[in-house]
Amino acid sequence: MSAHEQFADDLALFALGSLSGDERVALESHLAECASCRRELESLRGDLTLLAMTTAVPKPPARAKERLMSAIAAEPRLPRAFAPRARSTEWWGMLGWAAAAVMVLLSVGLLRQNSSLRRDVASLRARFADQQSELQQANQIMATLLDPDAQKIEMVAIGSKPQPRGKAIYQRRNHGLIFLASSLPPLPREKVYELWLFPADGGAPIAAGLFKPDARGNATVVNPPLPEGVAAKNFAVTLEPESGSHETPHGSAVIVGVGEGVGE
Amino acid sequence: MAALYDRFSPIIYAVALRILQDTGAAEDVLQDIFMQLWRNPTAFDARRGNMAAWLAVIARNRAIDTLRRRRPQEAIQDIVVSVEPDMDSEAERSRAMEKVRGALRGMPSPQRTALEMAYFEGLTHTEIAERTGEALGTVKTRIRTGLLSLRKVLAA
Repeated sequence: MSAHEQFADDLALFALGSLSGDERVALESHLAECASCRRELESLRGDLTLLAMTTAVPKPPARAKERLMSAIAAEPRLPRAFAPRARSTEWWGMLGWAAAAVMVLLSVGLLRQNSSLRRDVASLRARFADQQSELQQANQIMATLLDPDAQKIEMVAIGSKPQPRGKAIYQRRNHGLIFLASSLPPLPREKVYELWLFPADGGAPIAAGLFKPDARGNATVVNPPLPEGVAAKNFAVTLEPESGSHETPHGSAVIVGVGEGVGE
Repeated sequence: MAALYDRFSPIIYAVALRILQDTGAAEDVLQDIFMQLWRNPTAFDARRGNMAAWLAVIARNRAIDTLRRRRPQEAIQDIVVSVEPDMDSEAERSRAMEKVRGALRGMPSPQRTALEMAYFEGLTHTEIAERTGEALGTVKTRIRTGLLSLRKVLAA
């Protein structure tokens, strides 16, 4: 134990079940690799048994046995460990030694595996922490973008009036799409706006979501269901009847893509 | 199972009763432990210690879990106990008990108190230090040296 003196007191507390937090984790990790401390823990538990045995030994009341026997009768199963043991022969004895040898080999293998698993766990924990941090950052960005209470301020040239605008951010690989619109005119009765993706291969426009702007003309569409891997030539928003089919655009375009990204 | 019960239930019951101070709660611990043995008869591995000692450890831990209203801290099959006298033999057990009781009586009072608070009341070393007004390190060391002195008495 001299090499492990720093764990000596903690081992007794661990045997008592009163070690917690970091101290417990550190000791468990040490126990997994230290046979001498494992043996000491077993001995400390034995010492604790001595304390248990100092209690007076009253017999439990008869009702406790009746209760147990009825519970067992309700759960019939032959407990294998308590079945009578067959007499061992020399051959069986040899088998025992062989089994012991196999167990020793297995134990060595398991100890190695255990140590390798611990390294894997540490590496996974580090990766998990990184991903948590990235996820938190992404969530913050999304929360700001999509919060209906967030202030959305559109800036235009001094003296000019805000015009309807939209920005589509499209990622073909993951068919992810975020669309943000501002200053859209209020919807006429029984009408709705619809976003369209125009494929680069000249195929029919693909519906990318119906939406209604808020009182200030702001709207968002996030990750509408889209087919995989479609390259986009352009995006547009049309005014469509609220009811009926939305498979192809019927109304005129309210806003349409221009400039960088369009046609790529 | 009935034979096992007749032989070992007094140990489990005595430990649970001393800790819980309530016959009903002690009977529940007794029932719980024997039902676990019934459902998982391979939980006790005879190569790793004797059954009386093993059951005494489990009884104490389950009673403390009940006292502190917490989920069981360890699975019963993970508990390995190593103790010198053959606790399965009643005569050996009685002889050992006399020695241990003597050792406890001869122990300095603060040490015995710390041991009993930790074992029978399930108090952590921090709680014991708070109650007794002693330093945390002192309590830790007292518990360990107290246990080691019990071991020495039996080895003598």
